[in-house]
Amino acid sequence: MLKDGSTISGAGRWVSYPTWRYTRDVVFQCVALVATLVGIIFLVVFLLEILRQGLPRLSWEFLTSYPSRRPEQAGIYPALVGSVWVVTLTALFAFPIGVGAAIYLEEYAPRNRFTAFIEVNIANLAGVPSIIYGLLGLQLFVRVMAPITGGRTVLAGALTLTLLVLPIVIVASREALRAVPPGLREAGVALGATRWQVIRDLVLPVAFPGMLTGTILAIARAIGETAPLIPIGALTYVAFVPPLGLEGLRSPFSVLPIQIFNWVSRPQQAFHVNAAAGIIVLLLLLGVLNSLAIYLRYRLQRRLQE
Amino acid sequence: MRYLTLLLGVLLVILSACGGGQPVTTADSSLQGLIQADGSSTVYPITEAMAEEFQKRYPGVRITVGISGTGGGFKRFCAGEIDMNGASRPIKAVEQATCQANGVDYIELPVAFDGIAVVVHPDNTWVDYLTVEELRRIWAPEAQGQVTRWRHVRPEWPDKPLNLFGPGVDSGTYDYFTVAVVGQEGQSRGDFQASEDDNVLVQGVASDPYALGFFGYAYYEQNRDRLHAVPIDDGNPANGEGPITPSPETIKEGTYQPLSRPIFIYVNAAAAERPEVAAFIRFYLDPENAAVLVREVGYVPLPDRVYTLAFRRFEERITGSVFGGGAQVGVSLEELLRREGE
Repeated sequence: MLKDGSTISGAGRWVSYPTWRYTRDVVFQCVALVATLVGIIFLVVFLLEILRQGLPRLSWEFLTSYPSRRPEQAGIYPALVGSVWVVTLTALFAFPIGVGAAIYLEEYAPRNRFTAFIEVNIANLAGVPSIIYGLLGLQLFVRVMAPITGGRTVLAGALTLTLLVLPIVIVASREALRAVPPGLREAGVALGATRWQVIRDLVLPVAFPGMLTGTILAIARAIGETAPLIPIGALTYVAFVPPLGLEGLRSPFSVLPIQIFNWVSRPQQAFHVNAAAGIIVLLLLLGVLNSLAIYLRYRLQRRLQE
Repeated sequence: MRYLTLLLGVLLVILSACGGGQPVTTADSSLQGLIQADGSSTVYPITEAMAEEFQKRYPGVRITVGISGTGGGFKRFCAGEIDMNGASRPIKAVEQATCQANGVDYIELPVAFDGIAVVVHPDNTWVDYLTVEELRRIWAPEAQGQVTRWRHVRPEWPDKPLNLFGPGVDSGTYDYFTVAVVGQEGQSRGDFQASEDDNVLVQGVASDPYALGFFGYAYYEQNRDRLHAVPIDDGNPANGEGPITPSPETIKEGTYQPLSRPIFIYVNAAAAERPEVAAFIRFYLDPENAAVLVREVGYVPLPDRVYTLAFRRFEERITGSVFGGGAQVGVSLEELLRREGE
């Protein structure tokens, strides 16, 4: 491989290099291209297959029906509502805690062994397999905190997912805070603002889009999680939705990935079609969340530039 | 910060849009309450069907059904967390002890028969039937690395590789098959394609002309065009002469032995005192519901007599298990009747 691009055109005019050098270049380019395509091709094949199977099944009835033994009558309603409930709560819990932790670590915390220890741990937590969070949640939120959460409920599920996404939210929020030019803080302090005033009026508005994007992407990950919710008791057959209001927090629930998993493992082919349709719903929900993140970032950044 | 409020507002609107709407029914709403069921994935489709129909009649009752497996379900059941557990085998002695330690009394109720189908590829022309002895020779631990070609099973069969497919060792189907065929629970050769997902096994056997596999009868029934079920001869003329092909009839009559078994629900005796739970169990054991719904989800209903006996068992709140604990082979109809009658 050539060290840098300029040598090719520069040297190529006077010296005739052996052609195998160029062949090698082309070969490497192809290898890199194949490496790129492998992932994309699998994704496209998977998506096409899912769309082919599931799209005809998708209808308003499918979205608003309860699960059923008859595949053609079965719908995804309780799982969809359960997913929305759980991730909304997760967002409500994870965002303030995550941003608060990030602000402390970036703006207030002294650089000592203790903060270094915390930082290493947060980085490690981001890599812990999600089933471990499920078992932690089972013990902590389902058993120990049963008087508050009510056992295997929406609240216990949301708290577990909060633990799961917190490290991601913290890391993303810290990145966002770090990207704020230090000059902004110095200017604020020079004008006599307190630390809190600097953070509130100067740092946070600039860092906000990044924090929001990080949180929404973390939430998008939480939507697809099945493993931590299985021990928490996200159920397969639930023919009701959590009632709106506080009592909904203590209601049993199901979520999209668990409903999909249940349908995939049934013997009847028609249930597999339902699973494909469920996957499309899940992907759409993810798509909506991700576009929301992009839109918010765009809006907020534009507002800052004005 | 304004945008955060906006975001929350949007989410709340989404949430409330999803919140409304209860199932529209014209039924008895005097009964209220929450019934929590869990347990085997084998029993799940039956409980799901029952819950679905029951809730049409009693919309005030909310029923949840989980799939933690027979053993996982018993853990929750014996901790008193759930009202009923679906089990693809009778309760084990250890589980009985846990229940007892926690003061959980239970009523054991058979709800259906399930068969295990032994299947080959449709292009497999040589396998006319298999005896239990041949199955044992194929699946026993000592067969590992020894019985690897069809010729090793019967000398007149082709000299082609024998590719085995079976459920993973955590499944109740595997437990039962090893007891019935090998003679010891959980003992088998290890060199076979195992999957906890029966659809993977269906796929595996359907795409390999030299395959031999076993899994729940319902999975065979849904894939008849792609699979061929092997008749099984247990060498006991009392269970029907010669090799028997699995079918709803042979499973129900108890002639498809030893690969058919009753499956159960276990009801927490304290929970059974709650009117909604009692109503649901009565609904579950009503022969009119059971015969239709059990068949519809791919299982074989018990004869009406057994449902009646189970019903009486429930009404009299007879607790405990009629089985010695753990998977048992060859529990036929007669046997079940006798034990339920006790």
